[in-house]
Amino acid sequence: MGKIFQKPEALADVDTHYCPGCTHGIIHRLVAEVIDELDVRGRTVGIAPVGCAVLAYNYFTFDFQEAAHGRAPAMATGIKRVRPDLMVFTYQGDGDLASIGMSEIVHAANRGEKFTTIFVNNAVYGMTGGQMAPTTMPDQITTTSPAGRDTDEVGMPIKVSELLAALQTPAYIARQTVIRAKYIRKAKQAIKKAFTYQLEGKCFSLVEIVSTCPTNWGMTPIDSIKWAEDTLLPYYQLGEYKTPNGAG
Amino acid sequence: MTHEHLVNRDKCKGCGVCVEACPKNVLALSEDVNAKGYFPAKQARPDDCVFCAICATMCPDVAITIREIADQAPTENKGGK
Repeated sequence: MGKIFQKPEALADVDTHYCPGCTHGIIHRLVAEVIDELDVRGRTVGIAPVGCAVLAYNYFTFDFQEAAHGRAPAMATGIKRVRPDLMVFTYQGDGDLASIGMSEIVHAANRGEKFTTIFVNNAVYGMTGGQMAPTTMPDQITTTSPAGRDTDEVGMPIKVSELLAALQTPAYIARQTVIRAKYIRKAKQAIKKAFTYQLEGKCFSLVEIVSTCPTNWGMTPIDSIKWAEDTLLPYYQLGEYKTPNGAG
Repeated sequence: MTHEHLVNRDKCKGCGVCVEACPKNVLALSEDVNAKGYFPAKQARPDDCVFCAICATMCPDVAITIREIADQAPTENKGGK
């Protein structure tokens, strides 16, 4: 049997607005592939965030809702409580989830809402022009930290997966990345696990995906992959932080 | 059974991630622009391709398709468009 590679059914046949080399496209494809494999496209609802993925509803062929900034977990809570038979996931960036939406995600996770969050962490606010995010690395230059992130003033980057894994209720918390082909398979497995746990009626699940932002990092796509590998991955360690059978 | 490697010129944004990812160094960026003004990827050395699909896995715009084709002699535009 030969290998065949083609666009998944759940992904719309349109051009995305993402910058060249942005890994959002890879993560979109993985989500679409998992939804196709689980055969739940007809009963899936995604929640788009505010951020670069704000137009994600144009790129999938299932239902989507747009939430206010950081409030995707609240909207997912509502949809999932009213229609528990639906598969509900939020797709959020680090500015959306880790900054303005931090209390939303912590409390949704703590309540054990039975939806899945795909959390894309690229260490910067992308859409609004490259401002410093809570996940920005120390000394990383952004438009609001032109001399680099000063950790004396704003502290160290927030590790969202570790933070949420400290809660008792969530079922599955994992961090993966898509910057190299070898990591993409693991990222897809993590997304599939999270969605499968949701189908089984387990509690809240979150997959954090370390991503790149060539435009706002001021690098070529190739250099940004190398920078992410050298700088982000040692700090944002990959792995499963929480599984339904105990800590990962 | 043989395979066909296709790059959708108009979807490609010329980021070059596939060129870097290819273990056989098959791909390169074109010298002519597409409709969006990017320099899309192409198979510069199609004979070296082993259809591992790493380029397609890494492509952020799902611009690369690899499919099985009936067992026959490779056509002229195998790696072209």
